[in-house]
Amino acid sequence: MSTNYFEEDITSLHDALVNQKTTAAQLTADTLDQIQTKDKQTKAFITVAADEAKKQAAAADTQGITADRQLAGIPIAIKDNIITDGILTTAASKILTGFIPVYDATVTSRLKEAGAVLVGKTNMDEFAMGSSTENSYYGPTHNAWDLDRVPGGSSGGSAAAVAAGEVVAALGSDTGGSIRQPAAFNGIFGIKPTYGRVSRWGLIAFGSSLDQIGVLSRRVKDSAIVLQQIAGQDENDDTSLPAPVPDYLAAMDGNIKGLRIAIPEEYLGEGVAQGVRDAIEKAVDTLKKLGATVDMVSLPHTKYAVPTYYLIASSEASSNLQRFDGIRYGFRAKDVKNLEDVYVRTRSEGFGDEVKRRIMLGTFSLSAGFYDAYFNKAAKVRHLIQDDFTKVFADYDLIVGPTTPTPAFKIGEKVNDPVTMYMNDILTIPANLAGIPAASVPAGLVDGMPVGLQLMAKPMAEATIFKVADAFEAATQFYTQVPTAMKGEK
Amino acid sequence: MNFKTTIGLEVHVELKTKTKMFSPSPVTYGEAPNTAANVIDFGFPGVLPRVNKNAYRLGIMVALALHAKVTNETHFDRKNYFYPDNPKAYQITQQERPLGTNGWVEIEVKGKKKKIGIHELHVEEDAGKNTHGASGYSYVDLNRQGTPLVEIVSEPDIASPDEAYAYLEQLRQIILFTGASDVKMEEGSMRVDTNISIAPIGSDTLGTKAELKNLNSFAHVRDGLAYEEKRQAQVLMAGGEIRQETRRFDEPTGTTILMRVKEGSDDYRYFPEPDIPPFHISQEWIDEIGSEIPEMPNKRRERYVNDYGLPEYDAGVLTATKEMSDFFDATVKAGAPAKQAANWLMGNVNAYLNEQQVDLSATKLTPDHLAGMIKLVSEGTISSKIAKKVFQEIITSDTDPRAWVEQKGLIQQSDPAVLTPIIDSILDNNGQSIEDFKNGKDRAVGFLVGQIMKQTHGKANPQVVNQILMAELKKR
Repeated sequence: MSTNYFEEDITSLHDALVNQKTTAAQLTADTLDQIQTKDKQTKAFITVAADEAKKQAAAADTQGITADRQLAGIPIAIKDNIITDGILTTAASKILTGFIPVYDATVTSRLKEAGAVLVGKTNMDEFAMGSSTENSYYGPTHNAWDLDRVPGGSSGGSAAAVAAGEVVAALGSDTGGSIRQPAAFNGIFGIKPTYGRVSRWGLIAFGSSLDQIGVLSRRVKDSAIVLQQIAGQDENDDTSLPAPVPDYLAAMDGNIKGLRIAIPEEYLGEGVAQGVRDAIEKAVDTLKKLGATVDMVSLPHTKYAVPTYYLIASSEASSNLQRFDGIRYGFRAKDVKNLEDVYVRTRSEGFGDEVKRRIMLGTFSLSAGFYDAYFNKAAKVRHLIQDDFTKVFADYDLIVGPTTPTPAFKIGEKVNDPVTMYMNDILTIPANLAGIPAASVPAGLVDGMPVGLQLMAKPMAEATIFKVADAFEAATQFYTQVPTAMKGEK
Repeated sequence: MNFKTTIGLEVHVELKTKTKMFSPSPVTYGEAPNTAANVIDFGFPGVLPRVNKNAYRLGIMVALALHAKVTNETHFDRKNYFYPDNPKAYQITQQERPLGTNGWVEIEVKGKKKKIGIHELHVEEDAGKNTHGASGYSYVDLNRQGTPLVEIVSEPDIASPDEAYAYLEQLRQIILFTGASDVKMEEGSMRVDTNISIAPIGSDTLGTKAELKNLNSFAHVRDGLAYEEKRQAQVLMAGGEIRQETRRFDEPTGTTILMRVKEGSDDYRYFPEPDIPPFHISQEWIDEIGSEIPEMPNKRRERYVNDYGLPEYDAGVLTATKEMSDFFDATVKAGAPAKQAANWLMGNVNAYLNEQQVDLSATKLTPDHLAGMIKLVSEGTISSKIAKKVFQEIITSDTDPRAWVEQKGLIQQSDPAVLTPIIDSILDNNGQSIEDFKNGKDRAVGFLVGQIMKQTHGKANPQVVNQILMAELKKR
């Protein structure tokens, strides 16, 4: 094992490849070794696609890795709710047992075009429903800082794989915080772009009006490089946005002098642990030292975000997940007697408890007689939450706050208390409801566990997030810390 | 007790697009199962719908042709239900803001004209097809999945099975003329669901309605509704109650048979389709589509009667299809007198099409050639007898009629200097006929004309022959 991802980033790996100090084949072999060793502890992967990865690496070497192809030969992991042609894709659900897709998600094909090596599919909460990666048919993933703790979720596998140094970057998806919360829990960077910035073609839908694919990486710059490649309009997704993708790296000039930053008072309320509040205050001081101005503001409808989100996301999910019916692909219950049996038994046996809970909630909220009181009311409140952000962004470039109310909790701690689990997403959900870009950047340790600073920007202003996160990263150097459970590993 | 009948029709029409409503796979008919379906049609995980703008354009065209108001701010909705031919377990349709509202068509039954209101039109995707094999297995074919449809929902204005029939005829013809659909019941590109209720005359409320399905032709619609009208009256007269039920038309017996009794209404949990952004239909686009709509059959009939002086009957026959009507217009434009063009199209052309079982477009006939042939007759170049030969030629091959008759030597002989000697010689050889003529036997003239025609191989102009013959006979 010769590549140490705690000391490398995409740029350094790329330089080594261009200067022929290593090859894509060697890098991929090293990565597969890392995964084999470390994944015994983290259990970050559902599928390691070793053969396909080796083929892609060989192809990258054959083609020759040039300076303009930054991702050529770079191993990347993909969350298992993103479709990969020919590679098992399960969304961590029993109902997709044995499902081998026949097409690629747009993000998958764009990474392949760039010559990236797709090393495997990461663990997650089933259909991205959860905040701890405990709702996986394939068992939980473990936090690289403390193996008894959750990595967050739903992109917990992607976050743990990056934090443990198994890969340099991974794709995740974020419907209510599923990239940012695990990024915070694992002491890495994670960004959920503007809704529509990255094509959802090939993302197994959860809440279609909220879902967005994004990136997790140890270094801010690495996420910018990957997002640069996967973002942009796609003819296969009518909700993808036509605006051109700006040069993110060019925006990362380290200069945030005069940047107007807002902190919502609602994000520092009683539900947020004191340690987290302290860490965020310290982070805000750092931003001030870097030349930003920081004011307290209000996002008054924040308190409605969680119920609004659970109605909208679950309603959409109840419809999106109906296609898993045992007729065409995946799992089908055995010894079924008739059509209704196929549906009822396949879905009863194929879905986990949390998924069923949300399907029932969503089905109820869309039902005749309840639609106006639930789904429709939630859709209206969503507009109020959007308006909150619009008002603040009239005067500010960026909104910051904690990503999560607490650091990572213990495995099993909240699994029987769904409402407490849902409240863990209270600070990340508003950005999804508003469709704005948001990220989490490491803001230090609280009792030995990482916490994240959340950065939220105007629609399409990912460059602002990268600029600030990069400057913050340079000032804090959190990325130099090796997770506790990985010390002794490389 | 006398009852009034209220009928509602829901008509599904397939829009004639190359690709499907929400996927780029082709719209086909009669292909091998599941060969015209892609990952979107199969409802694979991760796929998204892609709106086919052309389907929407054709939908707007139908809405405008049916005098409906086109909705400017619109979106799609999901209709949720489980069925194997519905792979996503939801249908993308329009519920909250349909593409068109408040349309109408005018029908005529027994000489009485009446406007039938159209409540709404919306575009949606078709489902696949389930078939049930003898082995006990069922099969799903998703070729039809995603085919664009426009659903046209009538107001409860239809008061009899005959009106329902007339409404469907009008609807079919109007849509056919827009070119937005083939509207063929036999291929399923037009499908009809009906509901019917009866209530005592003078009653303020409508009766309980029954739905009627399995209607494979307009005649079945009319017959099924007529049976249902009678059945419901008998139930009520006997003191019974009409249940809310779905029945199917049974063709062999001409009756309707109970399929299922409905309890309450289905809950399809409609909500806005999040995968397709709401969209704005600009007035410019509506106007542009409006300007592309061909002239409708009723306008054409008016024009044929008022401008060309054709009988109503002729106008009706000529507007049976857009193809025929377009051909007629082009023939007139090419210089043919309207009545003669109409006669040829309604007579020989239609007879040929029926005999050969083909559409006009499958023949070689062109409006220019038909007009050219009519001109040859009217200027006396050919006889109407020769015209029949010419017609056979120009409908089966791309031949200029004038060049052809010249080449074949079929030009009519009208020159007295040529015809008089021939007639004289025939008279010389038929003394008996001259005597018969003088004795008042008109049959003799016919015989003589026949002889002249025989001699001239049918090319002599009959009118000229007649004149010369009479003059020569008088001389003798």
